Amino acid sequence: MKQFLFFVRKEFLHLWRDQRTLFILFGMPIIQIFIFGFALTNEVRDSRIAIIDEAKDEASEAIIHQLEASQYFDIEKTISEQQLVRAFREGKIKLAVVFPQKFNEQLQHTNAASVQLIADATDPNVANTLVNYASAIILDYQKQSKGFEPFPYTIKTEMRMLYNPQMKGSYNFVPGVMAMVLMLVCAMMTSISIVREKEMGTMEIILVSPMVPLRVMVAKMVPYFILSAVNIASILLLSVFVLDVPINGSLTLLVTECLLFTLTVLALGLLISSVSDSQQVAMLISLMGLFLPTVMFSGFMFPVENMPVALQVISNIVPAKWFYYIVKNVMIKGLGFQSIWKETLILVGMMIFLMTVSIKKFKTRLE
Amino acid sequence: MAAVKVDSIKKTFSTGKSIVTALENISFETLRGELFGVIGPDGAGKTTLFRILTTLLLADEGGATVDGLDVVKDFKIIRKQVGYMPGRFSLYQDLTVEENLSFFATLFNTSISANYDLIKDIYSHIEPFKHRKAGALSGGMKQKLALSCALIHRPSVLFLDEPTTGVDAVSRQEFWELLKNLQKQNITIVVSTPYMDEASLCNRVALLQEGRILDIDSPEGITKKFKKPLWAIRSKEMFRLMQDLNKMTEVESCYPFGQDHHVVIKNASLINLLENELITLGHIDLKIKAIDATIEDSFMALMK
Amino acid sequence: MNVIEVNKLSKHFGKFKAVDEISFEVTHGEIFGFLGANGAGKTTAMRMLCGLSLPTFGQAKVAGFDLYKDAEEIKRNIGYMSQKFSLYDDLNIRENIRFYGGIYGLTDSEIKTKTATMLKNLKLEKEGNKLVKSLPLGWKQKLSFSVAMLHEPQIVFLDEPTGGVDPITRREFWTMIYEASDKGTTVFVTTHYMDEAEYCHRVSIMVDGKIDALGTPLELKNKFSASSISDVFIKLARKAKRGDD
Repeated sequence: MKQFLFFVRKEFLHLWRDQRTLFILFGMPIIQIFIFGFALTNEVRDSRIAIIDEAKDEASEAIIHQLEASQYFDIEKTISEQQLVRAFREGKIKLAVVFPQKFNEQLQHTNAASVQLIADATDPNVANTLVNYASAIILDYQKQSKGFEPFPYTIKTEMRMLYNPQMKGSYNFVPGVMAMVLMLVCAMMTSISIVREKEMGTMEIILVSPMVPLRVMVAKMVPYFILSAVNIASILLLSVFVLDVPINGSLTLLVTECLLFTLTVLALGLLISSVSDSQQVAMLISLMGLFLPTVMFSGFMFPVENMPVALQVISNIVPAKWFYYIVKNVMIKGLGFQSIWKETLILVGMMIFLMTVSIKKFKTRLE
Repeated sequence: MAAVKVDSIKKTFSTGKSIVTALENISFETLRGELFGVIGPDGAGKTTLFRILTTLLLADEGGATVDGLDVVKDFKIIRKQVGYMPGRFSLYQDLTVEENLSFFATLFNTSISANYDLIKDIYSHIEPFKHRKAGALSGGMKQKLALSCALIHRPSVLFLDEPTTGVDAVSRQEFWELLKNLQKQNITIVVSTPYMDEASLCNRVALLQEGRILDIDSPEGITKKFKKPLWAIRSKEMFRLMQDLNKMTEVESCYPFGQDHHVVIKNASLINLLENELITLGHIDLKIKAIDATIEDSFMALMK
Repeated sequence: MNVIEVNKLSKHFGKFKAVDEISFEVTHGEIFGFLGANGAGKTTAMRMLCGLSLPTFGQAKVAGFDLYKDAEEIKRNIGYMSQKFSLYDDLNIRENIRFYGGIYGLTDSEIKTKTATMLKNLKLEKEGNKLVKSLPLGWKQKLSFSVAMLHEPQIVFLDEPTGGVDPITRREFWTMIYEASDKGTTVFVTTHYMDEAEYCHRVSIMVDGKIDALGTPLELKNKFSASSISDVFIKLARKAKRGDD
């Protein structure tokens, strides 16, 4: 036992003295939270739009006023039609709202008023979003001014954004950042640490000693396990207090699931180390084989449901996908274990499988 | 009982398409408490041999025992009781001298104080630097630290793979003095080295070249087997001397050996003829002396 | 004529004086042995002379070019070979020669002729297309030396070229060095084999960043009342403070 603890202590010393790496491992999650929380966002604010008002009547002015007041839009001076094409080409505006002549008259008397929305669809997502925002504002005005619906038997849609009423992007990103950070810390750093011993030659000496190889592996994982726990804590603290992302579910359950994921990824790191001969190979495999699929298939950046079936199937073997689902459910939706027991079981299965394979693959000899 | 017994070991490696034979039919025995040298250049198979004996590699054919234990079946026990210093003194560069030593002590379930008497002589050289990181030590110091770490658990057999490679002459000398002192503690020491002159410091040596043993004997035993007439010849212009000697029919081989050329003549009686020829060719300050062979001479003769 | 002129050359890393005001000259066609313990400053000094690192102060000229102003010219006029790296293992012999020939600006026909000559001299005519990694170490070292000489430089720097090589190849290697020197190439060589120091025209021994001995092997042996260069070295190195530091 003393042997084991001493080994762990040595691993901590290595980690502690490699200050550059330490900075990255501790600082990275914090930096990522800030970047994702504040800088990167799917929301579109202060988009520049142009308005062509040929009506210049009560209705059009009212709608324009509401558009101006919205935080989503930044109104360019109302311009003429000729200037419109140029403005789009030069990228000065992303959306144009065109009110035809006699807009109010048509609205009041013919029930067939129309407003044209022209959007720059080179970025379809942004175009869509802006069109939706504008439409919502126009619809809103209609309700307010008329008090009745233009057609009978209309379905009134009432929208409620569950769990995330303000549609904040950060709710989505926090679980994703956690998965990425743990992946990096546990898989990549653990595998690099083991391969480094192989490269330095000290692994030979350790093998020719009474120390059981299994204990060597576990001792290597311990510092990174603890480091991950610290990272999880810091991510959660930052999310709650800086990004205003709540933890709606049980904190204990959340932390337990995080630790389970950590163990799974640690096993992955171990596996990578047994097939890598050099630190560069270990790093490459970790980045290309783990990190990239995590970003692509976990679901936090791109919706997996929209991918072709083949890729959806592949996404099932990415542990981060299940982890992301679990964290979203517990942290954002505030659900309990009953909703995620299946996914938890899958993660546990993955962990056991990976641990077994990596232990088997760990070489007690040099060949 | 033999401390180390090697029996017809063969080991090959496949690199891509080709197969390289690292060791071919290697057999030898070392006595308990012996200082046994494995002498050979790079590529001779020294490291492969050591890795087989320390149970890190499996031989393709043949077997070996260390302290009576089989290297394949009893590898776990062997790993507990041998000391091993792989090439390039594998130490933890970012840990201090003391931390390295206590790590290895704990690794072997012992402590620094338990066997301190064994490493005292060696450690005293580096103790003043015990808080310095191993990476900041000079080559000679690293050597001594690595040796201390390998000895910390009082092994019965010590395997040192090229401990003096890349280290300067003074440190090399000091290191061998330390090894000789260790012998008094009845530890069997098996050392490999590419430096031929270090062979004479061992009790017995095995000369290894390209996976094959050229000879096994005490250093004196090996050199005595050199039967051909050997002469050390020098003159003012050594390069021209060598060129001339190589052209002469009575000369079998001529190799530079530092201050002299070592010349093997086909027949001892021809030496006077040789001398006259050289004088005729204009060599001044000519000095010719009959000498005994060195290990290096023997090695070179056996190589061919 | 001096091909290397060094005057109070120094390299400091902070307060540490790796090379401390060394001065010497090397004449045309000389075999100059540059000895010293590990950490004495040999490698640092060699790096400066090859134009690979700028001195902290002091002057030096290599092949007539100033170390500070014409480092690139120096590189063009010297050859370099070290034990640690010489040729690319995963290229074959011809490819290696073509690569180095190209770097030094040789024309295709020059490369072709020289390749043929080199392979013939080393008796490797049939092995031209073999990967370097399949060659025994001895062949590799001899080949590396030939490649370093490919562009017929005035000076060739050899950094422990015979480390770990078998005794016969070691001597064959030195024969090649002798032949090069005979033809007028200056050879600047470092080594840990003390007997090899005897093959040099002159030898310098560095201790703690300074040159503590400089002269022909005979002069040094007389000066230090030693029977061999090995003895001279041991006497000097034992005085060294840096070895125990």
